Amino acid sequence: MASPNTYRGGPDERGRFGAYGGRYVAETLMPLVLELERAYAAAKADPGFAAELGYYLENYVGRPSPLFFAERLTRQFGGAKIYLKREDLNHTGAHKINNTMGQILLARRMGKRRIIAETGAGQHGVATATVCALFDMPCVVYMGATDIERQKPNVFRMKLLGAEVRPVTSGTATLKDALNEALRDWVANVEDTFYIIGTVAGPHPYPAMVRDFQCVIGEEVRRQMRQAEGRLPDTLVACIGGGSNAMGLFHPFLDEPSVRMVGVEAAGLGLETGKHAASLTGGSPGVLHGNKTYLLQTEDGQIVDAHSISAGLDYPGIGPEHAWLFDQKRVEYVAVTDRAALEAFRLCTRLEGIIPALESAHALAHAAELAPRLPKDNLLVVNLSGRGDKDIDTVAKALGVAP
Amino acid sequence: MSAGDAADRIERRFAELKSAGRAGLVAYLTCGDPDAATFERLLAALPAAGADLVEVGMPFSDPMADGPSIQAAGLRALRSGMTLARTLDIVGRFRARDAATPIVLMGYYNPIFRYGVARFLDAAKKAGVDGLIIVDLPPEHDDELCLPALAKGLAFIRLATPTTDDRRLPAVLKHTAGFIYYVAIAGITGTKAADAGSVTQAVARLRRQSRLPVAVGFGIRTPEQAAAVARVADAAVVGSALVDEVSAHLDGAGTARPDLVDAVLRRVRALAEGVRGARRG
Repeated sequence: MASPNTYRGGPDERGRFGAYGGRYVAETLMPLVLELERAYAAAKADPGFAAELGYYLENYVGRPSPLFFAERLTRQFGGAKIYLKREDLNHTGAHKINNTMGQILLARRMGKRRIIAETGAGQHGVATATVCALFDMPCVVYMGATDIERQKPNVFRMKLLGAEVRPVTSGTATLKDALNEALRDWVANVEDTFYIIGTVAGPHPYPAMVRDFQCVIGEEVRRQMRQAEGRLPDTLVACIGGGSNAMGLFHPFLDEPSVRMVGVEAAGLGLETGKHAASLTGGSPGVLHGNKTYLLQTEDGQIVDAHSISAGLDYPGIGPEHAWLFDQKRVEYVAVTDRAALEAFRLCTRLEGIIPALESAHALAHAAELAPRLPKDNLLVVNLSGRGDKDIDTVAKALGVAP
Repeated sequence: MSAGDAADRIERRFAELKSAGRAGLVAYLTCGDPDAATFERLLAALPAAGADLVEVGMPFSDPMADGPSIQAAGLRALRSGMTLARTLDIVGRFRARDAATPIVLMGYYNPIFRYGVARFLDAAKKAGVDGLIIVDLPPEHDDELCLPALAKGLAFIRLATPTTDDRRLPAVLKHTAGFIYYVAIAGITGTKAADAGSVTQAVARLRRQSRLPVAVGFGIRTPEQAAAVARVADAAVVGSALVDEVSAHLDGAGTARPDLVDAVLRRVRALAEGVRGARRG
């Protein structure tokens, strides 16, 4: 395949990034998906929408988030200069709210009166429940029964914020099933409901729309790095479940040939064990949740469960634009084990006084691999996509200590 | 198309129903639910019990348009070892004994995509499949499976729904063959039921734009509901109610009780009577 003139031109009018993406949904949903596409295009063209979103991102979410030079990690790794993009400092503690804020403002413009969402670890659920509280919208969050058990604090947070958390017991009772259930709700409540998808996946226009809302991350990094170092970064590293924080960081730099980008999937117990969440490095193309992308699946096309110590990466698919960038080889994709992520979690906490989300710890773990092999003037940005307070019980259990 | 063509079998069946002055019953069961042998016995007996067409569900791990009944049926089938290849084998064995009853495969795209579209269409045609209903392939993706299926002489049966407005309907009907499947509710299978008035209106709307037979499904559970649909449409589709009959006749370990096959067929006969009596008196 010839490399395109731009890596930022997708998707096409059918919602495709090369062979990936699309709108593989039931007929009942098609008119809604098309309506959403039109409404989002109109909002995107309206400076008033950008101004409104900008206002809430600054004054409610707390943007811009800092780009912090991590001196001690830099010394520890002994190579590239490590910068941390502090998405953990956003309101609700992760990058997820960049997207939920954008989508709820769009839902209001569309006159929708009810919000639904899916959540795995609960971060997207909390970010959705938060904006629903702010704008006084009823909110139903679908969450796998298995995840509800694993993520009790976030469940309680959502309830405090006024959301109804509906346990999903179908299938394997995890994130993929929560997504199925949210789609079923949407099919049954087409008139008044807006579905806030939490990552760069789902039927078109979600992958492009969520990407656009998350691009604030990369755009800020570009500005902040120019201020700090007077030039572009050299290396960008971000973790990938569905891939929204990585896409938000990478996309503004895709057409800068000097910028190297690495997406880090969860290798769980190791790719060879089959217990992982690495859709690109350990999966194959397929169709699920409205888009064609790389999936974890059997020979017979049945979706298999992902595994990761980080509930936020525990998804058997990945956004279609990542699938395309993988095939194009514009972005490198690697996978990091639970064990390496835990080690990076400890290191970042002790050296920088920052408790990273286990998701983000995967990116840190790969930076630890990469940095020593890079020159000292290489500017390496790790997306610290969320804070790790939610993970301390998981970490304590993994380390065999009482929290 | 030649007389032996698959789309013809559907056409012939609807023509027969028309000359008999009645609507048809389309019975849905998930292939391999609760196990391959029991399913094969059910499938073989469906036509004699009154099913005029049969929909065979291809189990999928993530059936996003299905309600709890058909979700559970799919998982039972997958646990029993059902695959797409075995589904086609089972249809092939059915077809060797029954040359008249149309078989429509219903399911989701991923298992077919993974199997390979061309390979799947060849195997389906060879097995004697007549049509396909693939829930997550709207007309926007016609080039992937719909057009290759039509080229093979397999009908691609499209779902029209309450949300399919007049502007969109022509696109939905464009490459539809065999019959139109009207989804009577905005929702998933096996949940709420539609009121007769809205179904009558919807069927009339479809008839204005297409000459194909119209089957109506989603939410039809009882002979009375089937009869109400049969008065206005060309066929009534019953799925979840039959699948529920399967699940009601499993033992604690999830295996078929000896009375399962009889119970499901009894339900099919009752529904068929409803459909057949609908336009009398």
